[in-house]
Amino acid sequence: MASRTGMAGAGDRVMGGVLAECVAVSRRFGGFTAVDGVDLTIGPGEVVGLLGANGAGKTTLIRMLLGLLPASAGQVRLFGGPPSRQARRRLGYMPQGLGLYDDLTPAENLAFTAAVFGAGRPAAAGAEAPPPEVAPPAAVRYGRELVGDLPLGVQRRVAFAAALQHHPDLLILDEPTSGVDPLARARLWETIAAAAEAGAGVLVTTHYLDEAEECGRLVIMADGRVVAEGSAAEITGGRRVCVVEADSWAAALDALEAAGLPAALAGRTLRVPGASLAEVRRALGSLPARVSEAAATLEERFFELTLPAGR
Amino acid sequence: MRHGRRLALDQVTFQARPGQVSAVVGGDGAGRSTLLRCLGGALAPSSGTVRRPEQRDIGYLPASSGTYPDLTVAENLAFRAAAYRLPAAVAAERSGAFLARAGLTAARDRLAGRLSGGMRQKLGVVAAMLTSPALLVLDEPTTGVDPVSRADLWSLIARAAADGAAVVVATSYLDEAERAAHVLVLDAGTQLAVGTPDQIVAAMPGGLRISDTVPPDADRPRAWRRAGRWRIWDPGGTADGERAQPDLQDAVTVGILGRELAAAGVGER
Repeated sequence: MASRTGMAGAGDRVMGGVLAECVAVSRRFGGFTAVDGVDLTIGPGEVVGLLGANGAGKTTLIRMLLGLLPASAGQVRLFGGPPSRQARRRLGYMPQGLGLYDDLTPAENLAFTAAVFGAGRPAAAGAEAPPPEVAPPAAVRYGRELVGDLPLGVQRRVAFAAALQHHPDLLILDEPTSGVDPLARARLWETIAAAAEAGAGVLVTTHYLDEAEECGRLVIMADGRVVAEGSAAEITGGRRVCVVEADSWAAALDALEAAGLPAALAGRTLRVPGASLAEVRRALGSLPARVSEAAATLEERFFELTLPAGR
Repeated sequence: MRHGRRLALDQVTFQARPGQVSAVVGGDGAGRSTLLRCLGGALAPSSGTVRRPEQRDIGYLPASSGTYPDLTVAENLAFRAAAYRLPAAVAAERSGAFLARAGLTAARDRLAGRLSGGMRQKLGVVAAMLTSPALLVLDEPTTGVDPVSRADLWSLIARAAADGAAVVVATSYLDEAERAAHVLVLDAGTQLAVGTPDQIVAAMPGGLRISDTVPPDADRPRAWRRAGRWRIWDPGGTADGERAQPDLQDAVTVGILGRELAAAGVGER
């Protein structure tokens, strides 16, 4: 398990165990600040989950790490130096749109990305067979079909293999599991964990908050800033929510909303974050209902951290 | 339900009840969209029966956007209201309330084609529920949508159910399905499980073990990683080790795994 270490001498191949680092990084577009003073480190063997709503600044931050966008202020360092073409060869990137060529077969896609990234390393189509996690059964089974004609789940596995096949030191995965069934998601996370156990650092974004537990460390962004950092348990802390079990959940929802307490439906119960038991009981009035407290989920804590007050 | 020679849905039985949210879950190619298109009236089944309200009493949001990109948010809703002959005062009151709930009030005059994915999905759901349909059919409104917009979407869904609609939502998020009163799990066009989330968990065959280390080869095909640890499914439920209390995600994973192992066992493909 990698620990967070301080900055070592700049110019080291890997500074004190840090693969990628942002120090007080900001990015402005005209008058709009997309990323605002962000500090972030990713060390070898670490899986860091980057969470946030759309517009929180995640993609802008990733584009700066990839060297596609210069920072307006602060320092972005990749493998101890500025994000250069050379540094990018040690990096595997899976974009949200998968980044595959629709009119090539899976094997052709893998060979092409291998040629782009892995100068001097064996390509997927070369004499040396790629390791098993790199040649998904899908790439073999659908050998002659074009990627554009394949099911989305298969395309996703091919894109994942393309990002991994040159054994990158740092993996950046932008929503790798969107729309995938739970077993396929578990298999993707096994591969991510195996890459981390072999020493790679991983930065991954996801909209599935239940996947956050797969990450050793979470970084939550809102409005361009980091608003929380730590393990899922550390971030959730001891927060509580009120749980309402009413004879009629619909009537209870009406009453809570009329009192300005937003509630989320869970089966036939309602969960009310950010309100005390007394407030909830007062809002429900004489409605027959049991009100209790439960531990907040990461999702509920996430809303508390990222939503502006009053929403 | 057939597409050409391929059976997209095989003898699926499903009921949506008024005032209740039902979730249809499954991966890519499971048959969710086909089922929802049958419910929404966009497809007729090859065999079997679909009983549903008449078309004007159904709000259907297809997986491909159900909004007009060249109209503004307000124009999209006005057009829908006019098509359903909703009285102007009712349309204005409901549009205003639903847009506020969706966090879209400030976007009223923006073109739908210029909205973010999450905002466009929220507009699609608002449009589908604008006419107070008895049956609201939403095909993956939350896939790829960020958690904040997902919460807005679920607030709209809860409102529609509280107002008495039978709501059917296809989703790939099991934490969302866990919030539904009734869940149908599809895999490769067949019904893997159906019932309340608790019933589906209780019906999971065998047992689950937890391991902190990579399971031995004999267990590996029945193991998967979750929350940094390993889950191992024992179909007989008798193996020794630390037991895990399964949840809906475990039960669905076991269902898909069981299918995969059975298919591999008979040498398919």
